[in-house]
Amino acid sequence: MVDTRKQWKAWLYLSPAIVLLLIFTVWPIFNTIRLSLMEGYNSTMAANPYVDYEFPFGLGNFTRVLEYPNFLTCLKNTVLLCVITVPISTLLALLIAVGLHSIKFLQKPLQTIFFMPYVTNSIAIGMVFAAMFNMVIGGSTRPDSVGIVNNILEALGFDYINWTNAGSSYGANLAVMVVYIVWNALPFKILVLLGGLQGINKQYYEAARVDGTKKSRVLWRITVPLLSPMLAYVIITGFIGGFKEYSSIVGIFGDTMGPAGNPYRMDTMVGFIYRAIGKQEGTASAAALILFGIIFVVTMINLAVSKKKTHY
Amino acid sequence: MKVVLQNLTKIFPSRDKKSNQEVVAVNDFSFEIPDGKLIGLLGPSGCGKSTTLYMISGLQKPTSGKIFFGDDDVTELSTENRGIGLVFQNYALYPHMTVKQNILFPLENLKGKDKLTKEEKLERAKSAAKLVQIDELMDRKPNELSGGQQQRVAIARALVKMPRVLLLDEPLSNLDARLRLQTREEIRRIQKETGITTVFVTHDQEEAMSISDMIVVMKLGVLQQIGKPQDVYDNPVNLFVAKFLGTPPINVFNGAVKDGKLYIGDAAVLETPGVADQEVTVGIRPEGFELEADGALECQLSNVEVMGRDVSIVTTHPASCNVTIRSIIDADCKVDVTATSVRYNLKPHKVFIFNKETEERIYF
Ligand SMILES: Nc1ncnc2c1ncn2[C@@H]1O[C@H](COP(=O)(O)OP(=O)(O)O)[C@@H](O)[C@H]1O
Ligand SMILES: [Mg+2]
Repeated sequence: MVDTRKQWKAWLYLSPAIVLLLIFTVWPIFNTIRLSLMEGYNSTMAANPYVDYEFPFGLGNFTRVLEYPNFLTCLKNTVLLCVITVPISTLLALLIAVGLHSIKFLQKPLQTIFFMPYVTNSIAIGMVFAAMFNMVIGGSTRPDSVGIVNNILEALGFDYINWTNAGSSYGANLAVMVVYIVWNALPFKILVLLGGLQGINKQYYEAARVDGTKKSRVLWRITVPLLSPMLAYVIITGFIGGFKEYSSIVGIFGDTMGPAGNPYRMDTMVGFIYRAIGKQEGTASAAALILFGIIFVVTMINLAVSKKKTHY
Repeated sequence: MKVVLQNLTKIFPSRDKKSNQEVVAVNDFSFEIPDGKLIGLLGPSGCGKSTTLYMISGLQKPTSGKIFFGDDDVTELSTENRGIGLVFQNYALYPHMTVKQNILFPLENLKGKDKLTKEEKLERAKSAAKLVQIDELMDRKPNELSGGQQQRVAIARALVKMPRVLLLDEPLSNLDARLRLQTREEIRRIQKETGITTVFVTHDQEEAMSISDMIVVMKLGVLQQIGKPQDVYDNPVNLFVAKFLGTPPINVFNGAVKDGKLYIGDAAVLETPGVADQEVTVGIRPEGFELEADGALECQLSNVEVMGRDVSIVTTHPASCNVTIRSIIDADCKVDVTATSVRYNLKPHKVFIFNKETEERIYF
């Protein structure tokens, strides 16, 4: 047992952190729950010194979120982006990490290159991506610039694709987002997996070599199982991050979150919440709690699956 | 399968660029492992035993020299085509697979005409497991096994594809003393039963002596002596080998040869006809001493340890290179424990003399 005096000391040392957590984490969570239960809460009205509004207690904010026409679009986009990008980025990160781990020459510079997106502002990356995919329409018939991606398509003998401009298809918009999000998600995953790979005893590979194991078999039968705790971590955090997708879409489409003429087509849950702030905080809080609920359930499922699938 | 190493050399480039210190891990190694024998590769830590083993396995390429399996030159052959089984020092069992899956793993890699049906694989895995007596544990994971059981699984995994040569890298070093004794007998039995040519690496001389048909003693990458354990013990070619083999270790003295006689201190202890006068290093096995009231060598008595069958007498002498001298004599000989000194005569075949500089044996 730690004696009482020592405990006091421990609390004293912890107090700065606890105070900060109370102000910036615990109170906002509590407040979110409070606001979500105050029907029609709105900060402008609440701050009005002349009128004393009473916001009735109830679940009205939640039903309002669900009835909001754009909400389903947000939910669909968020889920779609998650479900598509997390497996792709995880698989790519795995292959890149294994590749990086197995080479000696150029390993360090390549590592740096793969790590660049991690230290670059995501809005800035978004703008670069937008430029890569964008068509700048000058004349009436032919675009002046079609973006580097279309240049490549042209060189390969394909037609241009309208990726992000007015009149672009939902599929094209989604494809751009997937490429961008996957690329942006790679560095962290590569870093974690590379760390995991470095922790695997080399002798497993020597043993496999003595037995003449094919490279692909080594990857799936030895590397992946031994890496499964890291993979589970990367997938779970990937889903959590995916459900919070927002700035990447702003980076590419601007804050209309969709191509010109089709605003909010790529809207997400967090986008929904942001836009409700300043107008309908009650609704925003309710939406935030719904998002929290979804992430919580998905993470629980992830954990349950990974408990079964991760080894030792 | 006979294994022949011919002028085998392995040089590792220096680790950091500043000091141009290459490591000659194995230096001009030549010897032949007869078919079906178990040989013990013996030497202190860092002398290049593992490197030699890895070169035989094909995991490492020799800098120069050749390796033959039978009459085939396998120097350039990749490891999976050599047909070897390798047991690593820490077993390297795949932690996420059960014992059965571990043992099956090498068989599942076979392709082409060697490919086995599912039943054949299971059959082979079962008989390998039976051989090492782990057939009860097939569904456990490695972390649910004791060290000794893991060790057996590793051997079963190495044996299951019926290798031409079995290589064991310090296979007993992770086991406790009792299990080590038991397991080395086990390895000997398995080797005898299968008749597979086996190389057994160890830094423990007792281990090597007890199970090997032949031992190869190495030091700093250089082969010192090769032979039957008893022959090497009875006839070490240099001081290093003499010191490395035997428990308790050999007693070393500063001595001199004068007029055909070996002197330790002022005492002429042996006739050494034909040896030129010189300073020498003398090695005397613990069992080379005979208590004798008028013995030639007088030592100060410090302790007598009765060990049942034998008596171990601990003494000191000014010319001794070690702090104490330990002799082992028959328990029937009566020792006066109150005396301050004892006198010994020496058994000539248990006394070796070595050149003071080169530490090579001087025969007499
Ligand atoms: N991959 C390597 N690179 C550089 N030096 C090595 C390497 N492997 C072994 N060595 C060196 O070679 C020598 C022999 O090593 P090793 O064969 O492992 O010795 P042992 O198994 O007898 O203890 C040691 O000095 C060791 O430091
Ligand atoms: Mg070693």
